Amino acid sequence: MSVLTKPLGALGRAVLSALAMIGRVALFALDAFSHMVRPPFYAREMLAALFQIGWLSLPVVGLTAIFTGGALALQIYAGGARFNAEAVVPQIVAIGMVRELGPVLVGLMIAARVTSSIAAEIATMKVTEQIDALVTLSTHPMKYLTVPRLLAGLIVVPVLVGIGDVIGVFGGYAVAVNNLNFNAATYLKNTVDFLEPLDIVSSLVKGAVFGGIATVMGCFYGMNSGRGAQGVGGATKGSVQAAAILILAANFLLTGLFFSV
Amino acid sequence: MITLTGVHKTFGTNRVLRGVDLTIDSGTSMVIIGGSGSGKSVLLKCILGLVKHDSGTIALDGQDVTRADRDAFLARFGMLFQGGALFDSLPVWQNVAFRLLRGSLKRPKSEAREIAIEKLRRVGLTPDVADKFPAELSGGMQKRVGLARAIAAEPEIIFFDEPTTGLDPIMAGVINDLIREIVTEMGATAMTITHDMTSVRAIADNIAMLHDGVIKWTGPVTRLDDSGDPYLDQFIHGRAEGPIAAVR
Repeated sequence: MSVLTKPLGALGRAVLSALAMIGRVALFALDAFSHMVRPPFYAREMLAALFQIGWLSLPVVGLTAIFTGGALALQIYAGGARFNAEAVVPQIVAIGMVRELGPVLVGLMIAARVTSSIAAEIATMKVTEQIDALVTLSTHPMKYLTVPRLLAGLIVVPVLVGIGDVIGVFGGYAVAVNNLNFNAATYLKNTVDFLEPLDIVSSLVKGAVFGGIATVMGCFYGMNSGRGAQGVGGATKGSVQAAAILILAANFLLTGLFFSV
Repeated sequence: MITLTGVHKTFGTNRVLRGVDLTIDSGTSMVIIGGSGSGKSVLLKCILGLVKHDSGTIALDGQDVTRADRDAFLARFGMLFQGGALFDSLPVWQNVAFRLLRGSLKRPKSEAREIAIEKLRRVGLTPDVADKFPAELSGGMQKRVGLARAIAAEPEIIFFDEPTTGLDPIMAGVINDLIREIVTEMGATAMTITHDMTSVRAIADNIAMLHDGVIKWTGPVTRLDDSGDPYLDQFIHGRAEGPIAAVR
């Protein structure tokens, strides 16, 4: 009997643990959102977060987008050639970048760069009692550490996604015009004509959701880190894994929400 | 006056505090001593609300701290953390003036900076330290900056968590003298946690010994050497034999 019940018990414990974790993250996120509308507000920390998450992420976002757009153009051209549909390169690059690859890749890059950095920073603050120090200095850690980062993520990641979309489309354009002999004006016209406002809106909404996920997960894991260097390492690793999976899951849900007929 | 009555705190199966009863009179300096892992830091964190106690009451001037206005309560406290707990991303003067740059005690930036520099001078640091970052300072200097931050808003109650840990004997002596002077001149109530018996004798008016989650002995520093308490005797003389197990 125990041969049967032991694995089931382990599975049950894992499921319960996962559900408890989801509950804790949800409560943390709700708490963070509730603090966003209650003073005091820390403008200086908000500006620093905007700079860290937005401006300093531009190079990685730009490079990711341009190479992805270029590779996408090559793939679509090669695939389209099998049934004489090479001309669809501008349309598919545009729709692929704006609807899916732009937001997802920017989201994953933000998870890698920003979530890890937030988790490591806050976890280190916890280990070195800086979070306790904040409390004794009458400063709520949620307001001082989480809210500025969450707000910055919600504001600046859609902007990064927009920039990534444009650079990705440009990457496809550059490859198509220089390597695949597309006419530049026709390529641009086809791109602009094919994109619809909903494509752009969905891209930016995804950006905001992914920005929220990336920052909340960084803060949650940082605030709940274990002790010592191992605790900081575990928080960093856990935050990036969780943010990446949640971003991909949210992308699937949002795509279904926006584009299922 | 801080009054603790029957304070309990358990982490999982580990019963850290098992009914702590303690009174700290206003304007006095209480030092809590006890072995590693005896729950001294947990006790201090329970008073500040950083850790929620399971049962018992903690009262400040007769008012239950869990029911008091949190901001008003914390505004009365200053704390020096064991490792300094300075904010790495802020220069020294902003660490010291942290409370004066935001919240209910907010002052204009120039005034906050002036106060920070004055507090740095009070703990023996020169104004050129003000614009450095914590990582650029030695351990002793970081402790002093932490002390300056603890006293910046002139609190009524100051907590010191292992103020001399990791410092050489000379620097430890400097910090002990500073704490004693500051507490006396500010008329503040102080509560210190330490293992360092030199600190105890330099800082304390009263002493409480925490062991097995309860206060085993409490009394004035003048009775430290003739308390007749076997736990206290073993601890202050650093003996391996006695009622306190050496290997815990």
